[in-house]
Amino acid sequence: MAIFRVHQPGPYSTIQDRGRFDFQHMGVPVSGALDPFAHAVANDLVGNDADCATLEITFFGPELEVLENADIAVTGAAMALTINGVQAPQWETLRVQPGDRVDFGQAASGCRAYLAVTGGFDVPVVMGSRATFVSGAIGGVAGRQLQSGDILSRGPGPLLDTPRRLPWQPIYGTEIHLRAVPGPQDDSFPTALGTFFSEFFTVTGKSNRMGYRLQGPVLERDPAAPKSIISEPSVHGNVQVPPDGQPIVLMVEQTIGGYTKIATVVTADLFKIAQARPGDRVRFHRVDLDEAHSLYRQWLDYLRLAREAVVPGGQGQGERM
Amino acid sequence: MSGALYDEPRFQVSGDRVLLVALGDTIDLGVNEAVRALTERLRRDPPKGMEVVLPAYRSLAVVYDPLATRPAALESAVRRRARHLDGSDIPPPRTVEIPVCYGDDFGPDIGFVAEHNRIEVPDVIAIHTANPYHIYTIGFAPGFCYLGGLDPRLHTPRLETPRTTVPAGAVGIAEAQTGIYPLQSPGGWRLIGRTPLKLFDARRKNPFLYQAGDSLQFVAISVETYRQLHEKENG
Repeated sequence: MAIFRVHQPGPYSTIQDRGRFDFQHMGVPVSGALDPFAHAVANDLVGNDADCATLEITFFGPELEVLENADIAVTGAAMALTINGVQAPQWETLRVQPGDRVDFGQAASGCRAYLAVTGGFDVPVVMGSRATFVSGAIGGVAGRQLQSGDILSRGPGPLLDTPRRLPWQPIYGTEIHLRAVPGPQDDSFPTALGTFFSEFFTVTGKSNRMGYRLQGPVLERDPAAPKSIISEPSVHGNVQVPPDGQPIVLMVEQTIGGYTKIATVVTADLFKIAQARPGDRVRFHRVDLDEAHSLYRQWLDYLRLAREAVVPGGQGQGERM
Repeated sequence: MSGALYDEPRFQVSGDRVLLVALGDTIDLGVNEAVRALTERLRRDPPKGMEVVLPAYRSLAVVYDPLATRPAALESAVRRRARHLDGSDIPPPRTVEIPVCYGDDFGPDIGFVAEHNRIEVPDVIAIHTANPYHIYTIGFAPGFCYLGGLDPRLHTPRLETPRTTVPAGAVGIAEAQTGIYPLQSPGGWRLIGRTPLKLFDARRKNPFLYQAGDSLQFVAISVETYRQLHEKENG
């Protein structure tokens, strides 16, 4: 059923879900929500299961007209959300009705917000997923980012009896600390490994769903080590070092690459870099694989905790429900 | 199978969910065959905790669930399956014909490739279509093939300035590589022709025309045939 008319699309708004996993060996990247925490909580807040698609909004938000009754929730970056011109809270359920205007401003902190709606955004499942992969022109709305005039639909699902909220909110600072495991090619950087794990790097404007390009001290490789390797599978979180010595944190639109990778960011910290903005400072901290695995367990516990902590109640919108 | 094969697989950590398994350190048909054979065995008989296996030239990525297995257990499970790898595990390779209209608007750089190699344009076509090319791996873009075996008489450097738009189906050369752009994208390869086939179409039951391990055989076609096939593909 039609739920939103898009008046302004925002610079880069795409439908995303958890990702497309079955065709990586054919060059189709996973895609999916860059911040899985904010995506999952947004779904929880409107009573959806975790596979439902949300709208990933980058840096500046769209202007939407509501066409049907629904519950919505906005999580992730703080984006000056208003409903009919009145400021509205994020990280909790909001009831909307036909004719309402849902407008977003510029991100005040963080980079990506997630809008969930009752039943999830309904777009065709392409190769097992609704996630938009723009350069492959698949998923989402006709394989592309939102455009003015698009009509978005939602899947079936009941409205909630009671609104929900998450009793805390993540803080997206401008200094980002990422834990990372050395490898797979850390042996190409015998001296630069110390630099990598002790200096600050700055997020550049050339950062997107493919990768975050950082700028900082040049990471010198062992003169005897090859500048590139025979192309091999790349992974979300790999920190690639091209010949210029400036690291790139790979995100979700990569399948294979031939640059050496000095380290790999742990799964638990991937949402932090997804929320980084140009100019933010990034510092990498070395962990070994055992530590990375206990961080992984803690991360899953945290996701579960957030799910259980989504409680009935809201503050700003009680009269709207 | 091949002297380029390691005696034992070598393992590297690629984050908290992936082990990279290398079977050799060169681009080599035998090593690539071993990679595909190990991939098949892992898919048919997945070790506990393995989620997916992603093969490349000489290595493969084993994606795992850290809650369901330990890296050491996964390593020994992979080692056991890597014993005595041979071609009997791999689906029989196919040769897929790729019709290509060479030159003119479809291959604006074919003249440069000829001049650079001090041959004539018809020689470029004859050499490019002489033999099939082995698909070592697929990646970078949906259906993009990393092909082996470009004749040294066609090796040509990339464009100094990449084009902002290369059409889907463009066939090009970059140094010692040849390949096809499956989708419209920017690109710096020297373009010699174009295929009317859609290498990737999500609406098809099988979105792809080939898999790693198959070979591509380019076949020269006329502009008329290109138009007919193009219409059939898009009709």
